[in-house]
Amino acid sequence: MKILVCISKAPDTTSRIAFTEGDTQFDSNGVQFIVNPYDEWYALVRALELKEAQGGSVTTITVGEADCDPVIRKALAIGADDAVRIDANPTDALQVASLIASHASEGRYDLVLCGKETIDHNGSVVGGMLAELMNASFVSLATSLEVEGGVVKATREAAGGLESVEASLPAVVSAAKGMAEQRIPNMRGIMAARTKPLNVVPAGDALQAASVAKFELPPAKGDCKMISADQPEELVRLLREEAKVL
Amino acid sequence: MKCLAYLPTHDGQATKAGLEAVSYAKKCGADVVALAIGALNADGGVGSAGASKVLHVAQDLQDEAQIARAVSEAARAEGASLVVAPHNHVGRAVAPRVAVRLGAGMVPGVTGLLEGSTVKRNVFSGKAMAHVSVDSEVKVITTTPNAFGVEGGGAEAAVESFAPEVGEASLKVTGFKASSSDGSVPLPEAVRVVSAGRGLKGPEHWGIVEELATTLEATTACSRPVSDMGWRPHHEHVGQTGITIRPDLYIAAGISGAIQHLAGVNQSKVIVAINTDPEAPFFKAADYGIVGDAFEVLPKLTEAIKNLS
Repeated sequence: MKILVCISKAPDTTSRIAFTEGDTQFDSNGVQFIVNPYDEWYALVRALELKEAQGGSVTTITVGEADCDPVIRKALAIGADDAVRIDANPTDALQVASLIASHASEGRYDLVLCGKETIDHNGSVVGGMLAELMNASFVSLATSLEVEGGVVKATREAAGGLESVEASLPAVVSAAKGMAEQRIPNMRGIMAARTKPLNVVPAGDALQAASVAKFELPPAKGDCKMISADQPEELVRLLREEAKVL
Repeated sequence: MKCLAYLPTHDGQATKAGLEAVSYAKKCGADVVALAIGALNADGGVGSAGASKVLHVAQDLQDEAQIARAVSEAARAEGASLVVAPHNHVGRAVAPRVAVRLGAGMVPGVTGLLEGSTVKRNVFSGKAMAHVSVDSEVKVITTTPNAFGVEGGGAEAAVESFAPEVGEASLKVTGFKASSSDGSVPLPEAVRVVSAGRGLKGPEHWGIVEELATTLEATTACSRPVSDMGWRPHHEHVGQTGITIRPDLYIAAGISGAIQHLAGVNQSKVIVAINTDPEAPFFKAADYGIVGDAFEVLPKLTEAIKNLS
C-alpha cells in the first residue's frame, strides 16, 4: 500500500506568540518549530505501522519553503521513506489542498493521512478539501485505523461517542488522539534521514481564496480573584452575581 | 445576502450546534435557508432561530461526501453567497468539500461575525486571533460551538422537500459507541465543565468530581496524564492534543495548568482553578482561584451550589 502523510511545521506549544509587519506576519524570531503533533504522533506513526504490517511505502508531503526542511528530516528520521516538498508559501487551506492534490492525484497513493488540524491555524480543513479534489473518501477525526482487503475500517469522533465507519480506497483520513503512540527517532533513523530523498518540486497553479489580513493578540487577562478554601459560598456568589454563569 | 446553513439534526430536531450556525448567519444579516437531512419533525426548530425556509432531504445520508453534494446543490439553487455549518465533527467533514465544490474560500471555526469579506477566528490554540479575508464570491464558514448562542422567537419555517443528486456513498457507518451513558452533554458543546487532574490521586476519587458536575449540570473532563494513565477515558481529555472546549464555566481541580492543557481550555468564558499549590500556573489563566485540597473544596462547593436552589 502506498501511503502519503501530510506534514506541517508548527511553532512549539510553548512559543511566545507575537506578530510583525503591522501584525500581518507571525514573528518566528526565536521560535522553535516542530512537526505538527497530530501529523507526527498520530498520522505518521500509524502510516508506518500499516507499512510494517502490510508492506508498501510511506511518503511525506509538505507545502512550504526551505525552512520546513528540518521538520521534514525529523519525519524521515521517524521512519518515512521519502519526502516531497512543494515549494510555496501558502495563504490558505485551499491552496495547500490543491497543491497536494496536484501531486497525489492520478492514483499515485492508496491512502493519504493528515493530522486533524495544525496547532497554529487550527483549521481542520485541508483533509476534507483534499478528499474532494482527489475524489476520495474521507474519514475525519479518526481515532483508530485499519485497512483490510482494500477497505478502510476506522473509528472516529462523533456526537456523544465514537462511530465505526468503513470507506473505500483511495481515502483521506485525518488523525486524532488515540490512533497511535508517539515514536522518538533513534540515532540510526536520524543518520538515515540525512540521505533519504527530499524532493523539492515547484508549485504549479493552485486555487486560493482566503488570507489573513491581520493578527491580533487577546486582551490581557485580569488578575485571578483568590477565594479562601473555607468560603466556597463566596465563589458561588461571585460566579452567580459577578461572572453570571450560574 | 442569502445563506445556506447545513443543519445537523438528531431525532428529527436541529442540534444546538446547527441552531448556532443558523443564528450566526442571521446575525450576519443573511436571509437563511437551512438544509436538513433525514428525519425531521416540522421545521426541526430552525424557524425560531431565524431560518425562513428548510430544504428537507428525506433520504438519510451518512457519507459527508454525499451531504456536501446536497449542500452545494442547495447553495447553488438558492443563489447563496454564504454557506455556514457548525465546526463540529460533521461540519469539519462537510464544509471543506463544499468549499471545493463551490470554488469558495473557507474560514473554519469563526468567533466573529462576517463583516464585508472579513471574519475573525482564533488561531494558535486561542493565544491569538486572525482576521481572515475571503476573496471569493461565495464564502464557506464554520461556527465555533458555544461561541454565538441560539436566537429565538422566529416564526416557523416553511419546509420544502429537496431531492439533490448525491451519487454513490463511499463511506458507511457500521457502529456507534456512546462515550457516556449518563446522557450528559458532549464536551465540545458543554456549557459547564468540571475537570480534574493528577491531584485527585486515583480514579477511585472521581465521585466528588462527578457529584459537582451533576449538581451543576456540567460535563466531566480531565487532564492528559489522567487519560494517559487510564484513570479516565480518552474522550474526556481536554488540552492541546485532546479536545478543545469553550464552555461558559470551566472548573479545574488538581490540574497544574501546563500550557498544553491551557491551549484546550483558554477560550472558556470563566475559569475556576482549585489547587493545593499557590504557584500553580493555572492561577495565572484563571478568573477565580482557590488554594486548597480538592478533596475538601469540591464537596463544599457542591454543597454551596445545592444550597442555592
